[in-house]
Amino acid sequence: MGANLFANYGEAVAVILFGIGFSNLLLQKNLIKKIIGLNIMDTAVYLFLAEKGYIEGRMAPIVVDGIQSVDAYINPIPSGLVLTGIVVSVSVTALMLSLTIRLYRRYHTLDLDEISTQLKKEGR
Amino acid sequence: MTRIRPDEEVKKGFAARFHNWLYGAEDPVCGHVEMMPQKEFIEEENSILERQKEKEELRKHIYDTEHNREIRVFRVFYKVMSVIFCISLIGVLLVTVSNLPSVGTAERPVNNEVSARYIEKGIQETGAVNIVTGMILDYRAFDTFGESNVLFIATCTVLILLRLDGDSKQKEDAEANDRIYEPKNDIILQKIARILVPLIIIFGIYIILNGHLSPGGGFSGGAIIGAGLILYLNAFGFAKTERFFTEKTYKWICFCSLSFYCIAKSYSFFTGANHLESGIPLGTPGAILSSGLILPLNICVGLVVACTMYAFYALFRKGGF
Amino acid sequence: MRFFTYLCLGFLVLCAVSVTFSKNLLNSILIFMSYSLVMSIIWLLLESPDLAITEAAVGAGVTSVLFFVTLKKIHAIKREGDDGHDQNKTG
Repeated sequence: MGANLFANYGEAVAVILFGIGFSNLLLQKNLIKKIIGLNIMDTAVYLFLAEKGYIEGRMAPIVVDGIQSVDAYINPIPSGLVLTGIVVSVSVTALMLSLTIRLYRRYHTLDLDEISTQLKKEGR
Repeated sequence: MTRIRPDEEVKKGFAARFHNWLYGAEDPVCGHVEMMPQKEFIEEENSILERQKEKEELRKHIYDTEHNREIRVFRVFYKVMSVIFCISLIGVLLVTVSNLPSVGTAERPVNNEVSARYIEKGIQETGAVNIVTGMILDYRAFDTFGESNVLFIATCTVLILLRLDGDSKQKEDAEANDRIYEPKNDIILQKIARILVPLIIIFGIYIILNGHLSPGGGFSGGAIIGAGLILYLNAFGFAKTERFFTEKTYKWICFCSLSFYCIAKSYSFFTGANHLESGIPLGTPGAILSSGLILPLNICVGLVVACTMYAFYALFRKGGF
Repeated sequence: MRFFTYLCLGFLVLCAVSVTFSKNLLNSILIFMSYSLVMSIIWLLLESPDLAITEAAVGAGVTSVLFFVTLKKIHAIKREGDDGHDQNKTG
C-alpha cells in the first residue's frame, strides 16, 4: 500500500463509486437500476479524469489580465476530454432506455431472469 | 333411311354380345388405376388435446426454474462471486490510487509540454480566451467532430427503435395512453412557460456565442436550448410545436451543421497537419467576433446538440417528431 | 474549503449506496438526479467551469427527464387511488 491514499482522496472516492456502480450493474434484477449503475460508473470515471488535471492554488483555464504563464492555470487537457464524454454518456443512456422500452413492449416485464426464461421457452 | 333402333335392342343384339365376349364387359383399366378420393384424415380432438398437454408438461418440467437445483446453485454462486469480484476490484484500484503521485502537485507526468504549449501560445494561435474551447475546437477539432457524429448516430438509432409509423393503431394507442396521466392545457404550466421559454433560449444562445470568451461553449448552450424546447413541448402540446419543428427541420439543421464542420476541418486528413488558413482573421482576443473559425463551429455544435436533446424527448414521448 | 469537498464526496457515496438499496424506482431516479447535481458542484471545486455547466444541463436535466419518460412508458408510476390495476414494476 503506497503512501498517497489519503492525499488522493478524490481519486479514491472515484474508484469506490466505480465499484458501487459496477456491482449495481451485476447484481440488480431490474433493468432500469442496471442502467443507473452504468451511469454512476460513467460519472466516476469522469471524476477520476478531472482530478488528474487539478493543480492546487491555480485558476481555471480562462485567460485573465493577459497572464499566459504555465504556472497560473490548471491543466486544460483532461477537462476537454471529459466534456466530450459527458455528452456521449447521454446518448448511450438514451439508447439503452429505448431498448428497455422495446423489451417491455414485447415481454411485459422488466426482470432479466424472466425475460431469459421466456426466450428459452420460445426456443431461441 | 334406316330405322334407328332403340338402345335396349342394340344391347341384346349379336354385335353387342360379340363385343362383350371379345373385350370383356368392363374396361379393366377404368376405375382401378386412378386415384380414388380418400377418406378425410380427422384426428380426434381428444388425442390432440392430450398431445398438447403432454408437450406443455414436458416444457414446464424442463424449463422449471423454481425447483431446478442447478439453477439455484448457480444463482447463489453468481451472487457470491459478483460481490467478491467487486470488492477485489475496488481493492486493487485503491492500491493503484495510493501509488499514484499526489493530486494537486505540479510535478506530474500529466503536466508535460503539450499543456504548456496550449496555455502559452493559446491566444496567439487560436484567438480564444477560454483555453479549453480553443483546444477542443482548434487544436483537437477532430474529437469534437467525431462526437457530433456520435450524437447524430444515436438519434438515428433511437429513431429506428422507437418510431411509430403513420396512422397505425399503435400510434393511436400510444397517443391515447400518453394523455391519461396528465391534464391537457395546464394553465400554470402554460403561463410560466410563456415567460420562461424565451429566457431559456436567449440564455442558451448567449452561452453558445460566448463560448470562446467565458465558460460554456457549444455543448452546454445546446443542452440548454434543448431543455427550453422540451419545456415548450410539455406546456403546449405536440400540435403547436410541430408548427416550427418538424422532421424536415431536424434533417436540414443536422445535415447543414455537420457538413459545414466537415468541410471546414476534415480536409486535413489528406493534407497532413498543414491545413489551409481559413481566411477569417483572428481578431482581438476578448471580442465576440474573434478567433477565426471557432465561432461558426460552436454554433454548429450547439445546434446539433440542441436538436438531439429535443429529438430524444419527442421520440420517447410520441414515437415521432 | 477542504471540509466542504469532503462533505460533497461523502454525499456522493451516500447517494450511490442508497440508489442500490432503494425499493421504489421513482425514488432511485430522484436520488440519481441529486447525485448529478452534487457532481456538478464538485466540478466547480476542481476549477472546471465548462464541465459544471454541461453536467448541470445534461445530467440533472436531460438524462433524468428521459428516465422519467421511460418510467411512464413502462407504467411504473402509480397514481393516487390506483389499486392493483397496473402491475407494480418497482424493485
